[in-house]
Amino acid sequence: MNPGGEDPLGAVSPDGGAGELVLEVADLTVGFPTDDGLVQAVRGVSYRLRRGEVLGIVGESGSGKSVTSLAVMGLLPKNARVTGSVRFRDQELIGARDEALTKIRGRHVSMIFQDPMTSLNPVYSVGFQIAEAVRAHHDVSKEAALDRAVELLEIVRIPNPRERLPNYPHELSGGMRQRVVIAIAIANDPDVIIADEPTTALDVTVQAQIMVALDSAKEETGAAMVLITHDLGVIAGQADRVMVMYAGKLVESGTAEDVFYTPRMPYTLGLLGSLPRLDRTAERLTPIPGAPPSLVNMPPGCPFTPRCPLAQPVCDETEPPLEPTTGPGHTAACHFSDRLVDTRPDELYAWSVTDTTALAEFVAETEEPSS
Amino acid sequence: MNAPAVAPPVLSVRNLVKHFPVRSKGLIRRDVGAVHAVCGVSLELAEGETLGLVGESGCGKSTTARVVLQLLPATSGSVYYRGRDLTTLGTRQMRALRRELQIVFQDPYASLDPRLPVNEIIAEPLRIHGRYNGGGREQVRDLMRTVGLKPEHGNRFPHEFSGGQRQRIGVARALALRPKVLVLDEPVSALDVSIQAGVLNLLGELQAELGLSYLFVSHDLSVVRHIADRIAVMYLGKIVETGPVDQLFSGPAHPYTQALISAIPLPDPRKERARERITVVGDVPSPVSPPSGCRFRTRCPTFAGELSEAERDRCINAEPELVDRGQGHPVACHYARQRSLL
Repeated sequence: MNPGGEDPLGAVSPDGGAGELVLEVADLTVGFPTDDGLVQAVRGVSYRLRRGEVLGIVGESGSGKSVTSLAVMGLLPKNARVTGSVRFRDQELIGARDEALTKIRGRHVSMIFQDPMTSLNPVYSVGFQIAEAVRAHHDVSKEAALDRAVELLEIVRIPNPRERLPNYPHELSGGMRQRVVIAIAIANDPDVIIADEPTTALDVTVQAQIMVALDSAKEETGAAMVLITHDLGVIAGQADRVMVMYAGKLVESGTAEDVFYTPRMPYTLGLLGSLPRLDRTAERLTPIPGAPPSLVNMPPGCPFTPRCPLAQPVCDETEPPLEPTTGPGHTAACHFSDRLVDTRPDELYAWSVTDTTALAEFVAETEEPSS
Repeated sequence: MNAPAVAPPVLSVRNLVKHFPVRSKGLIRRDVGAVHAVCGVSLELAEGETLGLVGESGCGKSTTARVVLQLLPATSGSVYYRGRDLTTLGTRQMRALRRELQIVFQDPYASLDPRLPVNEIIAEPLRIHGRYNGGGREQVRDLMRTVGLKPEHGNRFPHEFSGGQRQRIGVARALALRPKVLVLDEPVSALDVSIQAGVLNLLGELQAELGLSYLFVSHDLSVVRHIADRIAVMYLGKIVETGPVDQLFSGPAHPYTQALISAIPLPDPRKERARERITVVGDVPSPVSPPSGCRFRTRCPTFAGELSEAERDRCINAEPELVDRGQGHPVACHYARQRSLL
């Protein structure tokens, strides 16, 4: 490791100094064998996470962002083929025995899932479930564990926490349940919290409340956080560093400012251009044509080529590596990333994807009614 | 005929109420209460206009859309379409009008019959209304092209299409009978952003070319800002604020609208981190027994933080009417005050 030198993974703590390295993922790949061939869900993801840092992973459905985190936690089904390395501090997690992983999971690295109804056990009270998490890693009495549960519920801002302990998950609202999940995640003062779409299943006003609860959970524990979401707004507000995933790969990585203000991968630019904005009057959106590729038997070359307006023959032949762009910490995987300098999404992507002649015919037919 | 100065609305909803009975358990199943899903909603939709109906889950926006189309019977109130009250029409009369009032559903997986090939799905409304014979096949091909699908894929089944393509199939089916009004119930919520933008653009183009009116139901304020001309914000079965899009976003006056706008994260790191936030506490109360007076008061930051005891009494006892209180658009809040949040 050369923390002082050129660090292509660009891990920095939010205050600019280099915090303690807690999690290092190197060249992680995940494949699932199927009848049609190997589904390459994750294809060589590397990142470093330092204490107190928030790393945002953004991507659309099927980009591999959740599978990456499940691999880090060792939670993938047995048929998954995982290669590469995941190191928590000095301990390798890939291939580690289940007993060793159990000591880390929930204690040092904890996870928050999208749907709080399925991540909580419906037949136990929330007090029992939080206390269980505490007692799994600490030798304390039930009473002490329940006291700790009250403390934790206070941190995630549940009013009258002691009265909530005997409640079952179905008696709580979605927002409350997700707060209980967060309380369980921070029960053992973890070093890393992986939050996989923590607010997606919730209404916007409740989403805002959960983000506040996550913030206080992070402050309380000083943990580093991996925040996985498809919501670019959440990323913009929370993440110190952002990684954009597409077809199982990192295609761009940098600070939130880098990625949002000077994207250097056409996919990132396209995502930003297709986003309707709350803070601007209606402009035309520029959708990305086509759909993400199948991850089975992937052809060589850049997976974004079929949808990319910059594609050249070279893009079909060689898959571009992540290379530094505006600075050493801002990397993008595109052969032509320099062409995106000062480019707006609507200069690169066409706004219309409708067959205009077909539409005109349809209009003409409508205007002269057949009946 | 002398044309009126202002065109009459295509669709006009007056005091619409929809209650769902809550029944006791056991054999008798007595009515023990009602879910007050929609409580006196009035809306107007002009020709070629998009009205965005926004709110969080359970606010009654989808129920409103369904009652408007008579897919659910109204408890009371009326829905006028071109001067006729749909709530008084019989099934047969309503069926004739359904040609002009169509709907696109949220879930493109559940709303398409998995056992029908796509050209049959799109042809179904034509067949039902007896318009398939004589050129129906050709019409289906045109419809597919119009929504950006390849007509040669007509023999494929829904599962062979991506989410965005399926939603286009739903749009093609809704367009088949050349409707005047489309009710779009969360049409892009299930789609990824890069796909969603294409469907939104398609809807925009169709409207511009065909002069359709859209009732666009959504929980996503960013999408609604993009596509709607006017917005109505719903909370617990009532409209709390309504007005032209720009006014509503530049100066929201109801605390709930303000909370909604400030809860949505902006995809712009500097702006997002420097924003003023208005947060609400708690969850939406049960629509079985909504709070007295103003329904939002239990979560209202103004009620909790700014009002005196006497002022609060008014919120508890008097239900605020949806009227213009000097903001230029109707707001249902006794203490409405415009704020700039973006």
